[in-house]
Amino acid sequence: MSTDNTHAAGTAHVAHHFKDATQQYESGKQGIWLFMMTELLMFGAIFVAFAIYHRLYPEMFAEGSKTLDWKMGFTNTLVLIFSSFTMAISIAFIQKNEQKKAIFALATTILCGAVFMVIKYFEYMHKFHLGLFPGNFIDVAKIGAEHANIGMYFGFYYAMTGLHGIHVLVGMGLITWVMIRTIRGEFHSQYWIPVEGVGIFWHIVDLIWIFLFPLLYLVG
Amino acid sequence: MAHSNNNNPNILSPHIAPMATYLKVAGALFALTFLTVIAHQFKAQLGMFASAVAFLIALIKASLVVLWFMHLKDDNNMNRAIFGSAFAFLFLLWVLTELDIITRVFESSPL
Repeated sequence: MSTDNTHAAGTAHVAHHFKDATQQYESGKQGIWLFMMTELLMFGAIFVAFAIYHRLYPEMFAEGSKTLDWKMGFTNTLVLIFSSFTMAISIAFIQKNEQKKAIFALATTILCGAVFMVIKYFEYMHKFHLGLFPGNFIDVAKIGAEHANIGMYFGFYYAMTGLHGIHVLVGMGLITWVMIRTIRGEFHSQYWIPVEGVGIFWHIVDLIWIFLFPLLYLVG
Repeated sequence: MAHSNNNNPNILSPHIAPMATYLKVAGALFALTFLTVIAHQFKAQLGMFASAVAFLIALIKASLVVLWFMHLKDDNNMNRAIFGSAFAFLFLLWVLTELDIITRVFESSPL
């Protein structure tokens, strides 16, 4: 990325190692998609593990999923979808040189991320209160669970939602970064690739939640 | 994707989706989320199809996000191939691991 931000507004600033603005844009975008592939492989491996153990212990997973409140997961799904929408329109606003609207959309996206994390916090605190811990930390006799290996379900629950939650936090940080750069006037109709890259990352976080919601909360 | 409609590769002319498109996609995503929950109320009637219905709706929602919000619809084939290859390798991981587990012969040690 070029450190030269002194270019005239409205023209693409092309880093010296790129041939032209189009090549710079497409290289950046391809890099982001490669990163998204690694994200899918990381989350996907846990999904595969979940599928296999769910097949081996269906009753235990059913017992575990009954402890989750689908209303919380449902609310969080709506919050994330709305944040994905505001993220997507922020890029369109920058491409149309409507930076003020873009800043408002980005700020809304960060706020939605915060709402998601607050709901997640209450969900986790409720689980801790009930003694629903992952793996060996769970006291099966104390919580009166039917299945001795119920800790595995919560291992999956905390690993999947925890890794996802970390991604929401990182995403909020990245959106704050591009929002500050938008306020500084660094993005416009000819240069927006960092915003689009962060946007694609934010959408993949939403995408993973779209699958996590039915997997953990609804399908038992 | 930035198409160079003009001959100058230094001028980006991105395809900007109209606001109406984003609103429609977001509306569909909200509606499908409600549909997931409505279908969940009929879990007993749906029986073994309950999870299939839930994941089918999730798949439709994911496609909407990937194609319109992530703009893979307007992107080039290389980026499509990159994204698709992740699913191909995950499929391999799943199938091969399942094959391993299914074909295991459980024996008790004579020692």
